Amino acid sequence: MSVAFRGGSIVTKDGVVSADLLVDDGKIAEIGAWFSADEVIDISGLVVFPGFVDLHAHLREPGREDTETIETGSRAGAKGGYTAVVAMPNTDPAQDNVPTIEFVRLQGQRAGLLEVVPSGCITVGRQGKALAPMAKLAKAGVHLFTDDGSGVQDPLLMRRAMEYSKQLNVVLGQHCEVSALTQGAVMHECGCSSDLGVPGWPSLAEELMVHRDIELARLTGARIHFLHLSTAGSVDLVRQAKRDGLPVTAEVTPHHLSLTAELLRGFDATFKVNPPLRTISDIDALKAGVLDGTIDAIATDHAPHSRRDKELPLDQAPPGMLGLETALGVTCAALDLDPLAIANVMSVAPARIAGIADRQGNLPRVGVAANLCFVDLNASWMVNPQTLASKSTNTPFVGRQLRCKVVHTMFNGNLVVRDGEALK
Amino acid sequence: MKHIRSISEIGKPGVLAIIERAKQMAEINSRPIPKVPALRGKTVVSLFLEDSTRTRLSFETAAKRLSAETMNFSVSNSSVNKGESLRDTIETISDMGVDAFVVRHKSSGIPWQIEQWTDASIINAGDGAHQHPTQALVDCFTIAESLGTISFEGLTISIVGDIRHSRVARSNVEAFAMLGAKVILVAPNTLLPPDIDHWPVTVSTDIDDVIRETDILYMLRLQSERMDQGLIPNLSEYGNRFGLTEKRVAILPSASRIMHPGPMNRGVEMQVDPSLLSQSLIHRQVANGVSVRMAVLFTALTFNDDRENAIERLAKETAQ
Repeated sequence: MSVAFRGGSIVTKDGVVSADLLVDDGKIAEIGAWFSADEVIDISGLVVFPGFVDLHAHLREPGREDTETIETGSRAGAKGGYTAVVAMPNTDPAQDNVPTIEFVRLQGQRAGLLEVVPSGCITVGRQGKALAPMAKLAKAGVHLFTDDGSGVQDPLLMRRAMEYSKQLNVVLGQHCEVSALTQGAVMHECGCSSDLGVPGWPSLAEELMVHRDIELARLTGARIHFLHLSTAGSVDLVRQAKRDGLPVTAEVTPHHLSLTAELLRGFDATFKVNPPLRTISDIDALKAGVLDGTIDAIATDHAPHSRRDKELPLDQAPPGMLGLETALGVTCAALDLDPLAIANVMSVAPARIAGIADRQGNLPRVGVAANLCFVDLNASWMVNPQTLASKSTNTPFVGRQLRCKVVHTMFNGNLVVRDGEALK
Repeated sequence: MKHIRSISEIGKPGVLAIIERAKQMAEINSRPIPKVPALRGKTVVSLFLEDSTRTRLSFETAAKRLSAETMNFSVSNSSVNKGESLRDTIETISDMGVDAFVVRHKSSGIPWQIEQWTDASIINAGDGAHQHPTQALVDCFTIAESLGTISFEGLTISIVGDIRHSRVARSNVEAFAMLGAKVILVAPNTLLPPDIDHWPVTVSTDIDDVIRETDILYMLRLQSERMDQGLIPNLSEYGNRFGLTEKRVAILPSASRIMHPGPMNRGVEMQVDPSLLSQSLIHRQVANGVSVRMAVLFTALTFNDDRENAIERLAKETAQ
């Protein structure tokens, strides 16, 4: 079945151009004007983007299906304009073995709302003790390896992981946190944590590991991707590493571009996240990092948690917040990005980092897979936690004005979200 | 004031009002039968989810002297140990019809979290290392009693010890500064919270530098686990550098006073027997605890009543 989209415009490498789009057989068949097709959809006022690619989502299946499943997480992603989502490996069991990887991918295919891309663990059980069978996992299609939720603490093991991964042509993703410096930490270490009487998570704990892994990349030549950077110092380190020509990439979350530690003053664990919300000057540095290309990608760190868990005392509540459905709106409210830049940080660069650029993250052109999202760049909206597709409601963005909204999402030539509603 | 959760939340007017009312309560406590019907028909739940003896007993005594019904809920016999969430506990007890929760918890912020789950007043009896407002009110009352005035202008108060982990210090810094005192924090850097330039204090790492200018020397308890956390080398080094020794008592100005919120660690921060010190206000702190907590309970539990009525009623009862 063919679908024609009429009256909209398309993000190209030369900017946004008005054009109609014909999708047939799962691919973009033509770009031009006034096609006839089995179905014609008016997209006046909308801009066609490559479907977004999230490098960092916790879909909670297997293990915590009470908070999210691959299906509900996929639906949340589709509503947020995503056509591919990298599933973090801190499931139960962890994604350190081929059967679990295959299960995650299969559940994604069953849901059929977007491409679920399983990541694999760097170490067995994310315990930081022994390398996971990376070659086996790579053969099963894993490209991004990470122990996300914790960093690989042992520098020798990290060196070995980098040496070993290099020959497999895969990417290691590091959650940068020297855990000895963050024991019991509840939030960013600052005047606010001192006022509240809670242990702080100092910026240094992130920057030390960023620095260590940059130097290990220099030593080994291996590819390293820094997950959810949160401090000004980390941005500086990555900027210098890139100047030095090292094979490093980095991501930032929408919440680290928009929220500060001060929000914890009400003791609401909705705002507890790891790495923690930091300061205005960190936000400014992270924004500058996105604008100058130091930071390659926006990634959500979508982390659903049950209401019961988030109602625990602040020091016991698990860290994490929802992100998939609000990522574009929060990013565009925080940063003034032109459409091509949005496409780059939300889709093109993350697809490349995730190793799926053959089918995802391509600017619309004839012949590429029809993974697309259709965005109203002039929309202004607010999130309603009651209407989220996610199984959880722990969004920190209630009451905030968001900009730019995903209206339709097309995955492999099938419309999966239309007028903001998931079709399945 | 419906809730009494932190010094900054009740503000200077709140602090002054409670201390004023505590004077009336002290008068009641001086009677042969120290009991009035002021809170008859009100129910107060003590929800102590962290061990405490003196604060809990002090609140219970205060509630009983005002004729409130009291319910006791502590960790060891509670369904919290059976996996019930704090929300379920609060909602269940609230359904029974209670007027106030007196809450002690090892986590900072609990009094603010539970506000969403109950209509009752919330009185903070200590939350993590965050706030312990009733201890600060007791301390202000005690100092005011000793000085004969509630204005602390010109007074220098040195708080010595584990400021980092102390809810007492956080509440007292706010309260003492609010009443006009100059506050000095004295501790090794490891026991000071990071980034406190915005606190109304000066900081010293040497007790001997400040002791001569100190009017109130406020000693904090030093817990031995701070040693295991690498915050101090050992208790003896800490005691030598920051403890109250006979030598330090000797150089303390004669009009100065010594305080401690208890329980004391004798031989560590207290290397002298405080009962032998004429400067000690420690027994007054404990004695005043009941009067001040009566004032706190009365204030929180009558916030909704016609204010004039409540005060008049108390005045009448005070006159009886």
